[in-house]
Amino acid sequence: MDPGKSRDSAETARVMQFPNDVLERILSLIDSHRDRSAVSLVSKAWYNAERWTRRHVFIGNCYAVLPQIVARRFPNIRGVMLKGKPRFSDFNMVPPNWGADVHAWLAVFADQYPLLEELRLKRMTVTDESLKFLARKFRNFRALSLVSCDGFSTDGLEAIATDCRHLTELDIQENGIDDISGNWLSCFPENFTSLEVLNFASLSSDVNFDALERLVSQCKSLKILKVNKNITLEQLQRLLVRAPQLTELGTGSFLQELTAHQYVELERAFISCKNLHALSGLWEATTLYLPVLYPACTELTFLNLSYAALQSEELAKLVAHCPHLQRLWVLDTVEDVGLEAVASNCPLLEELRVFPADPYDQDINRGVTESGFLAVSLGCRKLHYVLYFCRQMTNAAVARIVQNCPGFTHFRLCIMKPGQPDYLTNEPMDEGFGAVVKTCTNLRRLGVSGLLTDLTFEYIGRYAKNLETLSVAFAEGSDRGMQCILDGCPKMRKLEIRDSPFGNVALLSGLEKYESMRSLWMSACKVTLSGCKLLARQRPRLNVEVMKDEVDDGQSYKVYVYRTLAGPRTDAPSFVCTL
Amino acid sequence: MEPPPARGRDSAAPKLDTAGEEAELELGLGLSVGGGGGGERAGAKRGRILTARDFPSSVGTKRAADEAVSQEPGGGSPTSGSQVVGWPPIRAYRMNSLVNLAKAPRAEDDISPNEKGKSKDGSEDKTRTSGKSDVDGREQKHIGFVKVNMDGIPIGRKVDLNAHACYETLAQALEDMFFRPAKTVDLTGVEENRQVKKSSKLLNGCSEFVLTYEDKEGDWMLIGDVPWGMFLTAVKRLRIMRTSEVNGIAPRFQQTSERQMRKPI
Repeated sequence: MDPGKSRDSAETARVMQFPNDVLERILSLIDSHRDRSAVSLVSKAWYNAERWTRRHVFIGNCYAVLPQIVARRFPNIRGVMLKGKPRFSDFNMVPPNWGADVHAWLAVFADQYPLLEELRLKRMTVTDESLKFLARKFRNFRALSLVSCDGFSTDGLEAIATDCRHLTELDIQENGIDDISGNWLSCFPENFTSLEVLNFASLSSDVNFDALERLVSQCKSLKILKVNKNITLEQLQRLLVRAPQLTELGTGSFLQELTAHQYVELERAFISCKNLHALSGLWEATTLYLPVLYPACTELTFLNLSYAALQSEELAKLVAHCPHLQRLWVLDTVEDVGLEAVASNCPLLEELRVFPADPYDQDINRGVTESGFLAVSLGCRKLHYVLYFCRQMTNAAVARIVQNCPGFTHFRLCIMKPGQPDYLTNEPMDEGFGAVVKTCTNLRRLGVSGLLTDLTFEYIGRYAKNLETLSVAFAEGSDRGMQCILDGCPKMRKLEIRDSPFGNVALLSGLEKYESMRSLWMSACKVTLSGCKLLARQRPRLNVEVMKDEVDDGQSYKVYVYRTLAGPRTDAPSFVCTL
Repeated sequence: MEPPPARGRDSAAPKLDTAGEEAELELGLGLSVGGGGGGERAGAKRGRILTARDFPSSVGTKRAADEAVSQEPGGGSPTSGSQVVGWPPIRAYRMNSLVNLAKAPRAEDDISPNEKGKSKDGSEDKTRTSGKSDVDGREQKHIGFVKVNMDGIPIGRKVDLNAHACYETLAQALEDMFFRPAKTVDLTGVEENRQVKKSSKLLNGCSEFVLTYEDKEGDWMLIGDVPWGMFLTAVKRLRIMRTSEVNGIAPRFQQTSERQMRKPI
């Protein structure tokens, strides 16, 4: 380290005067988007060096900027990630044909990024035409990931399989698509060998198994394979023996009558997969065949059982073989007892998601409760990400949970009955969530539920200084609650609120805030059109989009506010009004 | 960071009366982009994963849904819990899969009262998940398979409802099974073949036969009336009935709405 101050500034000056190619060389090693953003703000020279060396761009809201602007700033992009619709569209709260069509982007990319290799889309509309366009125009295309998208069919996938000669990744997850047939898989050319990732778990049509088997044998670099429900255990065995190098596997249906011989073969196949660290699928898995997994479980770090309705003992037996588990997704059929088994067997657990097997069942004797969550927090001290659907919770339990695991970064608690209080004390869940924000100083994402008053939001505003994403539903209270959040959370980026009594005063209190956020969603709140218009007038750099909320006799609105450099969008459908 | 170009506000502004209320929100430049086909088509996307609109009473609905003659007093009020759109917040794909899982206990009418009492922890949870591995030795109906009979054909078949996520694919499967047409589905994207509804004769009334099902209450219903998820919880077996015999079946609308008012959720 240099002793003298003058030498420090000389050093600094020299660093700032690095020849461009050296600077670019250094910057090309930086991948994180946030780091790159920071770099670009240092100086003009660094801004330029950064933009020339950026290979991947992430656009969190496709309407925040025009594709032409992106292309102008970043000339050398090889991979793009785009997110479109507001997150609540996943839960049917956004009407179809809302927008977020990727085609406009593809058209610009065809011109500016002909060598584009990767495209990752989330909540975008993608048509078959777009997929065909993609396959045709980008000769170097390698990786396609579509999560929670809509608008295309398996026909579009055929175009991708047929024409993308260098395809390494095809990842299709949870999209609302037209699953016409599984023929797309047979469209990969005969001598195709480049695939490394193939995920078609959420498609329901049968694929040609011979084609799949051939594909798997030929693609020696295949690391991630997630098949759909129609693939049987017997077929799975045949695939596994051809791909022992897999690191992530999504099985098909785990329910089939196997002979003893077939069972042994299957077990052997799993034993030969020595690199497996993630396992999913497992539809209809039962005690009968789960044991074939045991040999593969020792090195597992991620186990997704959220499509297998396991009972507590079944889960207990399984996790006993998974000492290195870091992420676990289950259905609440495992109940508290199952979660206790997790707590005893998986000390390295960092992430737990418990989904409800029967979300509309009001019977509180089913599913998981506060004690399951508590048990996990006691046994798994590294826990920092939880998504927990339950039918009952107490403030005391939540407080103890975060005391056990103060490192929470993502705390998403969904008490399934809207507005339900602490079931023991009948009080609001204010103190519980208050404990969360007070104790978990690294909290970045929070999902609140149950009976909540302004006090919850006062706590959040006062303590949650790192909070970036907040989801609120069926809260009570007043404008003050939302004001506290907007005033208090400096890092807030995404705020989504539904069915809560926040009105224009609350909305307008965020006037200074919204341009530093990605977006705000409010639906079935007390905001009126005039409030929105006022906001729009005061802040021209925000798009304030309003949709009439049909459920409530048209009295309330769905409001979506987001910062943008692109002005009001030109593709808004008739039911969306940009103020 | 240049400011956005001055907006043509007039084109985007809603037409409102002076009170500022939402008269006709006659809204902006509604370019229909992509394959959406323009305008909202409630649940009309072919083979699309069912949305809230398709589940009038169970998943939560907009009251505008056609068939839901729902007369709940609070309509959509939070206290009724299960009646709310988009709640609990679970993605449509997962919701669809859960329906398949959860339907098991309700579909098992074969269980005698005795056996119900026998379940292990005093809870009926066990019935939900076990496929074949039932320790009680109870005759477990394999989740998903139901019998299908066609008028005029003595031998019935079985179809796995779990392999389908919508009526269209089910009807296709049954047509393949019973009618054995030549494979006419052109997979290179010929427009008409995308209209799965068109090619599924059993569903659109063009055929000499219609698809019906027997529900838990022993009534024969026309397929397609209720959302897929509800259908799965109710169906006992299927029958491909001659159209001429269909008159005996309860009128769609009335039957459906009656059912919905009776259903606990």
